[in-house]
Amino acid sequence: MSIVSDTDVNLNPAVPQVSATVRCVHCSLPVPAGLVDESSDEQFCCQGCRTAWTLIHSNGLAQWYQMLPGGVTADAIGRRDSEQQSRTFQEFDDPAFEETYCRIDPSGTSRVTLAIDGIHCAACVWLIEKLPQMLPGVVRITVNWARANAVVVWDRDKVALSQIARLLHQLGYTPCPVRESDRELRRQAENRKHLVRIGIAAAAAGNNMLIAAALYLGMFSYMSAGMEWLLRIASCVVGMVSLLGPGRVFLRGAWNAVVTRTPHMDLPVALGLTVGSVAGLVNTVRGSGEIWFDSLSVLVFLLLTGRWIQFRQQSRAADSVELLFRMTPRYAWKLIEGQPQKVLVESVRPGDELEIRVGELIPVDATVTDGATLVNESVLSGESVPVARQQGQAVAAGTLNIQSPIRVRADAVGDDTRISQIIGLVEQAALEKPAVVQWANRVGGYFVVIVIALAALTLAWWLRFDPSAAVDRTIALLIVACPCALALATPLAISVAIGRAARQQIMIKGGDVLQRLTGSGLIWLDKTGTLTRGDMQVVQWHGAEDLKPLAAALEATSTHPVARALASLADTGHCRVESVVHDPAGGISGVVDGRTVHIGNEAFMRAQLNVSEQARWQRMAENILEQGYTPIRVAVDNKICAVAALGDQVRPDAPQAIRELRRRGWQIGILSGDHQHIVTRVANQLGIDPARARGGVTPEDKISAVKQSLTGHDTVVMVGDGVNDSAALAAASAGIAVSNGAEASLAAAPVYLGRAGLQPILELMKVSQSAGRNIRLGLGISLAYNVIGVTLAMSGLINPLMAAVLMPISSLTVVAVSLGSGKIGEVEGEPSGPGDGQ
Amino acid sequence: MSVLYVALPVALLLAVAAVVAFVYQARSGQFDDLETPPRRILFDDCEGLPGQSSAADMAERKEP
Repeated sequence: MSIVSDTDVNLNPAVPQVSATVRCVHCSLPVPAGLVDESSDEQFCCQGCRTAWTLIHSNGLAQWYQMLPGGVTADAIGRRDSEQQSRTFQEFDDPAFEETYCRIDPSGTSRVTLAIDGIHCAACVWLIEKLPQMLPGVVRITVNWARANAVVVWDRDKVALSQIARLLHQLGYTPCPVRESDRELRRQAENRKHLVRIGIAAAAAGNNMLIAAALYLGMFSYMSAGMEWLLRIASCVVGMVSLLGPGRVFLRGAWNAVVTRTPHMDLPVALGLTVGSVAGLVNTVRGSGEIWFDSLSVLVFLLLTGRWIQFRQQSRAADSVELLFRMTPRYAWKLIEGQPQKVLVESVRPGDELEIRVGELIPVDATVTDGATLVNESVLSGESVPVARQQGQAVAAGTLNIQSPIRVRADAVGDDTRISQIIGLVEQAALEKPAVVQWANRVGGYFVVIVIALAALTLAWWLRFDPSAAVDRTIALLIVACPCALALATPLAISVAIGRAARQQIMIKGGDVLQRLTGSGLIWLDKTGTLTRGDMQVVQWHGAEDLKPLAAALEATSTHPVARALASLADTGHCRVESVVHDPAGGISGVVDGRTVHIGNEAFMRAQLNVSEQARWQRMAENILEQGYTPIRVAVDNKICAVAALGDQVRPDAPQAIRELRRRGWQIGILSGDHQHIVTRVANQLGIDPARARGGVTPEDKISAVKQSLTGHDTVVMVGDGVNDSAALAAASAGIAVSNGAEASLAAAPVYLGRAGLQPILELMKVSQSAGRNIRLGLGISLAYNVIGVTLAMSGLINPLMAAVLMPISSLTVVAVSLGSGKIGEVEGEPSGPGDGQ
Repeated sequence: MSVLYVALPVALLLAVAAVVAFVYQARSGQFDDLETPPRRILFDDCEGLPGQSSAADMAERKEP
């Protein structure tokens, strides 16, 4: 028990009195006075801490408390309340779960990947990996810190996975299953290939530099012809290994570029490599003249390194986006003998009967068999107004049930659902999109060719006028012009930018999108969620104030977005609500405190009241509609006596962000599935050109709008979140998917924003612009440096040794400039765990 | 200087051996996770019996 001098005085009697001196031995938080047990040495603030502490101590792992880094307490690891504490993780033992998430190793053990919430320091890794010691039957558990997940290998005859999950949970780490993904395995294989190539290229480059050093030194002192021949042969062999081994990736890329007639960055690089090595080979065979194998091997090595750094940074961003989806286990309520039971979505088969509760996503394409409800299909249609669905009608997977529970019969599951098919199509489209040739790589390739031409020129020129100095000058030129800096500049700048963006929850999956965002152009925004708050609010109320509580009380019984807005109108504490009837057509009626209340749209009122509306309310409703809001009529005792205007409010930070984007040269437009009136209102409020504010747009219209604007603007950015946006996202020169968006939009867009609103878009533009600046600066430095160096070498002002000293300085400058835009630590993205304890 | 005729091929063979070792390590996945192992080694494992270290630790913690 630790005694601390805590002088805080609790002035609020409503909060339970906290003992100021006693702190929990597990999490170090103050222990509530009522829980202090005078007879015990250890004090706990809650049952969760007691469980965790006892577990850790009874397994001899108490040293864990000392491992926690300074300032971190066990409190940071997991918030435990009694409800969480009692989670059974029963579903982890479901056969369908096993089929979906687990694998059986050849040795008979089972293996599963769990995403683990709460890993935040090295001590956590240590504690989790001690699991086999605490629970017999767990063979091995390996934590991956960066991905915040763990691979668990266990013997299923000895221990159930739910037991393992429960233990992790009791320690304060919440496990969540992760679906195996082909893409992750592909990326891992690719990473290994990169490493193998870099390893071979590095060995070749290092050895070739040593050989070259011996050759250059031999020019100043005596070296036998036989020795020189041996060194040249060795350099040639090592150089060819580098070129035909790891360097083959450039040759293959260039060949594909020629065959498919698409310009590709590998082409100039391969050209430079081929010209250099053919000339080198000829000279090696001839036994005289320059060989360039040392420069070529170093070039191959540096190009590969640059590409690998960029690959790592990109796959990290892609990983974290995918993880969001792979770790959401999806459950469904399957009716087994009439009783709903919680099962994994993967175990649902066509023909199964399911219950869909209010607020749940519909897991499969299905037909309603019982009940009627409202469904939010915005993920498919982009229309934020819910649609009514009743018995016999179809509902689609991925849409949201918002009004009342229904029962459905599954028609199509998994990859056969409409939403999965759309995702498949979009992924295909994104794959087929040709990569933009990176300017820097193009420059780099031509640079090599130019340097080799200049070297030949220098050699020819000096052979004519001063044959004794010719070889010296040529070598000096080749060394000083080594394009290491060029090869590193772009990948480094892009990696720094991706890392910086990732810390702001902006995930960039491809480097070329940064290059496209450095300029200016047109941004098409999807209104919902980006410009507005995304939920309905009452903005006007025409009618007597004392009607508000009646309306609010009635609407409090419904979960419809309109109802929730009206329910927050007034305090409804004392109203009695009876005989409520929800009409899927767009209204609700009931008896509140003895008075009959109807609330709904025009059609509902006309159908329910059988009396024609007074002209006054009619005009008011039309007026509201013209302003871009939705009119909702309220009738008491069968007479309309109030009209409310409902609308989606503009985000408070939107006007400022739009001004800032304009200042940076971007034009803003709106492409929305919502009604034109609403879009016009939002555009007016934000000062967006009405000609570019288009409402009621279908997915097809979105694509054609994006494609049309591609002809008039350098860059067309599309920001969207629904499946209906995904085709347009893929068509735009830079697609941006926003948080809580559909899976399809994430697959289609190279950028994913983890926060809603315009602010992250603005930050993305800032990051891209600074990346563009860094790339140009790096290239400028290395080009200027090379021009000066080459001039000096050609005119004979520096010898090879001076050149060799000057050469790395340019690379160092470029690296310093690239990293200077952020601190070095920022190059590495941060693990997704809450707070980095290190 | 003629020792180079032997030393050079030997040096290159050594380099080949190193490359082969590296390729084996990369292919077996030893470089897949570069962030967890450096954290994992921070703490010594005392392979004591369960309860042993905990008793010592508890005694230590009880001191004011």
